[in-house]
Amino acid sequence: MSYEFLVATAIGVLVAGGIYLALRARTFQVVLGLTLISYAVNLFLFASGRLVVGRPPIWDKAVSDYTDPLPQALVLTAIVITFGMTAFVVILSLRSFLETGSDHVDGDNVPCDAQDGMAGRIAEDGEDTRP
Amino acid sequence: MTLADHLSILPVIIPALAAPIVMLVMRRRPALGVAVSVASCLALLATAITLMMQVSDGTILAYAVGEWAAPFGIVLVADRLAAMMLVLTACLALIALLHAVVTGADRRGWHFLALFQFQLMGLNGAFLTGDLFNLFVFFEVLLIASYGLMLHGQGPARLKAGVQYVVVNLVGSSLFLIALGMFYALTGTLNMADMGLRLAAVPPEDQGLLRIAALLLVSVFALKAAVAPLHLWLVRTYAVSTPAVAALFAIMTKVGVYSLIRVVPQVFGDGAGAAAWVPAPYLLPAAMVSAVIGFAGVFVARSLSEQAAYAVIGSTGTLLIAVAGWSAESLGAGLYYLAHSTLAAAALFLVADVVARRRGAFGDNASPGPVFAQRGGIALVFMAAAIAATGLPPLSGFIGKLLILKSVAALADWGWAWGVILGTTFIGVVGFARVGSAVFWKTAGEGTAPTGPATRADLAAPTLALALLAALAAGAGWASAFADAAAVQVLDPAQSARAVLTEAGQ
Repeated sequence: MSYEFLVATAIGVLVAGGIYLALRARTFQVVLGLTLISYAVNLFLFASGRLVVGRPPIWDKAVSDYTDPLPQALVLTAIVITFGMTAFVVILSLRSFLETGSDHVDGDNVPCDAQDGMAGRIAEDGEDTRP
Repeated sequence: MTLADHLSILPVIIPALAAPIVMLVMRRRPALGVAVSVASCLALLATAITLMMQVSDGTILAYAVGEWAAPFGIVLVADRLAAMMLVLTACLALIALLHAVVTGADRRGWHFLALFQFQLMGLNGAFLTGDLFNLFVFFEVLLIASYGLMLHGQGPARLKAGVQYVVVNLVGSSLFLIALGMFYALTGTLNMADMGLRLAAVPPEDQGLLRIAALLLVSVFALKAAVAPLHLWLVRTYAVSTPAVAALFAIMTKVGVYSLIRVVPQVFGDGAGAAAWVPAPYLLPAAMVSAVIGFAGVFVARSLSEQAAYAVIGSTGTLLIAVAGWSAESLGAGLYYLAHSTLAAAALFLVADVVARRRGAFGDNASPGPVFAQRGGIALVFMAAAIAATGLPPLSGFIGKLLILKSVAALADWGWAWGVILGTTFIGVVGFARVGSAVFWKTAGEGTAPTGPATRADLAAPTLALALLAALAAGAGWASAFADAAAVQVLDPAQSARAVLTEAGQ
């Protein structure tokens, strides 16, 4: 089992799970799916500079072999953007759920299942306070 | 170094400075915030026109940010196409801002004006950048601002459409990053000009990977451009957005088209191996389907704003029929039509708002209602906007479609392209006539509609858009010559590569 195999498998599993969740009907699952996909994308970007173990990315007199620093900068940018976007999409789905009483992405006004417990009760409260 | 040397980066700097200033002064002195926004838009227009004059002789201005040489640092490239898009963005921004201020839409939330400036920053940056990762970053800037603008005014309908819009675009951004990672792994560069040169050296065993990466990237641009079958997000989003915002969003689909026009000849040119002209087999059918879907939507739309949103899809389809030829002539015709269709779509969204403001509960539904104030004058403006959107004379849409028809006649599939363009024009004319007669001609119910604005001030912005369209028609000789020259420049990646990779290195 090589390092490459491990990283490639991790990316594949994350993307598969992410796509499955992103295609679900409810916003919470979709948000989780998008988060998984973005983790996979970050790993993928990181691996695009080739996987190197134990080498510095910054110039040093004593070292002759380096790892590519650029993907690390790219991943940092991508992480920052994804982090902000995840926070935004969580708040947005929450607002949408509270205002419309439905947490379905396609916006159908289906009341939440009773067995969903807390979510069901919040939906009913939201229904009452709506103008 | 003088200010003139930094001209290329000003379209990014000006809104980036204006946005926080607007945000700071909004609480205490809203009038000052409006003044700063308008001043920023005027400054952007002046900068864009100056840039356009500088590059009109064919020079390509390469600006190395932080003086880091081109393949390593980020480079901004101002050529004819970029300058044209900057001028178009600045004009559209002024129109949308004017409408927002006149109708008071900017006062329905605290941060409208600041987000508006950030949106302009993202748009201008996307048009100027010569680096693929930087293109991703500016896409994110404009998308994040657009999320805020789209939700401006709030309400359940906007929140529902907003969740879908955000989710779709987040998936699009992930695909963009995956494509970028693959390109970096294959070529070791992110600079567009440099990548175009290096793709020729990709070894045979990696050609499959290269093709996948190129198709992924093109799919992302197609998603932004709302090309069928990736158009489903657009109508719901645009139809429920605040109209001034929807008018500004008219350029957002054009960002996707612009990216295709910029990236495909530059990166996926003749020497790109398996990625050479990679979208070519799919673009023409997809464009024709989009045109048909868009104008069929115009035909069946239930409200004026929904109709305008479908018109955006239809006009993007028509535009891409021209782009899919990838010849200097058809691309030039497409660029002329791009400028026209952006302004025409904005005019449609703004007229829809003008109507909705006067019809009370009827809104902009395409059904007869009571007689409303200034119906005759507004009907004229709507008719002019509809003429522009469908491409009838005398406005610039007619010239644009004529140029496209003439240029695609040289292609193999010209019969299909002609049939689709002429057929969709007819469907569009009937669709606009149907909705127009329902809203402006027929009367249902007694009495007049509930109180609307007494003045005609809110007609200023749509009229300004139509005036620009008339100017585009009057100056069609000059405008289409500029568009043709821009197309020739875009299709000559070697020229751009020389400018970017040597000048920026000095």
